[in-house]
Amino acid sequence: MNIHEYQAKQLFDKFGVATPKGIVAATAAEAGAAAREIGGPGLVVKAQIHAGGRGKGTFKNGFKGGVHVIDSAEQAQEIAGKMLGQTLVTHQTGADGKLVSKVLIAKSVDIAKENYFAILFDRATSRHAIIASTEGGMNIEEVAEKTPEKIVKEFIHPTLGLQAYQCRKIAAALNLRGPLLNQAVKLFTALWNLYLKSDCSLVEVNPLAVTKDGQVVALDAKFNFDDNSLYRQKDVAAMRDITEEDPREVAASEYGLNYIGLDGNIACLVNGAGLAMATMDIIKLHGGEPANFLDVGGGASKEQVAAAFKIILGDAKVKGILVNIFGGIMDCAIIAEGIVAASKETGLSLPLVVRLEGNNVEAGKKILATSGLAITSADGLTDAAKKIVAAVGKA
Amino acid sequence: MAILVDTSTRILVQGITGDFGSRHAKASIDYGTQLVAGVTPGKGGQVFEHNGKKVPIFDTVAEAAKETGATVSAIFVPPPFAADAILECHDAGLALAVAITEGIPVNDMIKVKAAMCHSKTRLIGPNCPGVVTPGTGDKSHGGCRIGIAPGYIHKRGKVGVVSRSGTLTYEAVWQLTTRGYGQSTCVGIGGDPVNGTNHLDVLKMFNEDPETEAIIMIGEIGGNAEVEAARWAKDNCKKPIAAFIAGATAPPGRRMGHAGAIIGGAEDTAAAKKRIIAECGIAVAESPADMAETLLTIWKK
Repeated sequence: MNIHEYQAKQLFDKFGVATPKGIVAATAAEAGAAAREIGGPGLVVKAQIHAGGRGKGTFKNGFKGGVHVIDSAEQAQEIAGKMLGQTLVTHQTGADGKLVSKVLIAKSVDIAKENYFAILFDRATSRHAIIASTEGGMNIEEVAEKTPEKIVKEFIHPTLGLQAYQCRKIAAALNLRGPLLNQAVKLFTALWNLYLKSDCSLVEVNPLAVTKDGQVVALDAKFNFDDNSLYRQKDVAAMRDITEEDPREVAASEYGLNYIGLDGNIACLVNGAGLAMATMDIIKLHGGEPANFLDVGGGASKEQVAAAFKIILGDAKVKGILVNIFGGIMDCAIIAEGIVAASKETGLSLPLVVRLEGNNVEAGKKILATSGLAITSADGLTDAAKKIVAAVGKA
Repeated sequence: MAILVDTSTRILVQGITGDFGSRHAKASIDYGTQLVAGVTPGKGGQVFEHNGKKVPIFDTVAEAAKETGATVSAIFVPPPFAADAILECHDAGLALAVAITEGIPVNDMIKVKAAMCHSKTRLIGPNCPGVVTPGTGDKSHGGCRIGIAPGYIHKRGKVGVVSRSGTLTYEAVWQLTTRGYGQSTCVGIGGDPVNGTNHLDVLKMFNEDPETEAIIMIGEIGGNAEVEAARWAKDNCKKPIAAFIAGATAPPGRRMGHAGAIIGGAEDTAAAKKRIIAECGIAVAESPADMAETLLTIWKK
């Protein structure tokens, strides 16, 4: 789950992480009032979408730039008016762009030095870790590759948590000394509290800036949260903005399905995440391109199968469907009934190849064969992949 | 022998009165597993009945273990209470805790893992299909089934199977069984980023197990557990290994169902893992349909 920049600022404020003052606005008038409250000159108006590259983006109405430096409330109102309700296209949004429904008005700061600071979960050690670098504002993967000596790492004890001496070590490595050192320790500690208490899996502050007037502040942040913890993070879960997500993925999650859209034309519907990935792989291996990852889980119901078909068919690129179910405990006859019902309900006209294996498989195959529908049965994974690739190739 | 559990191992089920737990407790009883106790706090003294078999229910794991001699627990407790359930097994001194539960918060598992680092209790999972040591009866009846795997697809034999994924394990097992080759033990280690037992731990056990003659290792994108296991196997494993890595077509940065299945760095991709694993002398199946065939090619030549 991702959150907006203004929501990140709200979390910063809640946990006492130093950051320039900012106020979110949903209308041009609100933007003007926000600018008046913060007080200019030296403000920024920033379009709130999840994608990066906002500054260099272009709105579909022709207005250029999703980030503008301004000096007055009147300007704030004018610029916000040109952004709100408009669609911003950046190199990360794709051609469709993203609708801007909120803007952030914030104090702009004069930066003396940019650093990088992140807390993340490190699976190799099963611990949280801090990664920091003096090379702020840059792509950290590139820094890690070209100048690994400029990156410092500090692992956090699973039960003790982040210690003050670790904060001082990092501050020193970032050359934050004198009065900056204590500011940095305070900021790192606050950020760790935010990270732990909100069940984050990543908080990336880039840049962690030192301003010309000697303040250490978190300027921009990227957050990831542990999905498994959202049940106990109601405030975080409430920050979810489903308009920023793939509508098919949103619909899938409502039915307990796990769907991820891809670029190919062969849709697949599989039980189990590992087998779902393997099914995508075998489609590719036999010359096809998978249109999605779709895991219906261990106990797929008739309703879930029907919902899955609708989601799959909502993708105009799809030219055929491969259903791969290793029944195991599930009764293949019930799954077969679900597939038949879903095909009829959606008026399916695309090629459909079904591979069923497991419990009561003969009864399941019989239901498919006698359904009167053009369903191709497959024996095994390879046969299934070859049949759907051939069927889509001919279409 | 087999690893972790054999057909005489006595197991208990935490969460036996829940929907999920009771369904799979029944399936284990039907498979002939020595399921001797259930644990549901507040329901101690009640009895779980299935097909004429009566299983006593206890309030605590410690009581269940003491009264019935159970040494292994299958955990079907919902995510908010699962970390506590795992620690209860550790406290009771069980040999093995198998956590089936999907969706345990990462921060809970970080603490559990730290607390259990010198434990005599081995943790398998969470978010795993469990462990099966097949029996010698019809359709492998009489085996030890802990978790959610279909018992009947197995056959007692000489291949050890270790995997992160449930249905992909069943796929491999079925490929072996239909070709006439049985399994010593099948271990699903789970799809979460923090788990109790990894590929390497299981490879070491298979290597030491006299019954296991060959191994299938199934992995996926994300993390370096498969690579770490392969590097160890290169110099230390005496037995032939075939591997499959799922997720060759997965886009970077997207979580593919399993919390752990996400491409983070360059070594997380399926292509990188396959390359390194092959360099370590493991036979890599390009297709998930060829897991058993790939093993047979190097094992039975």
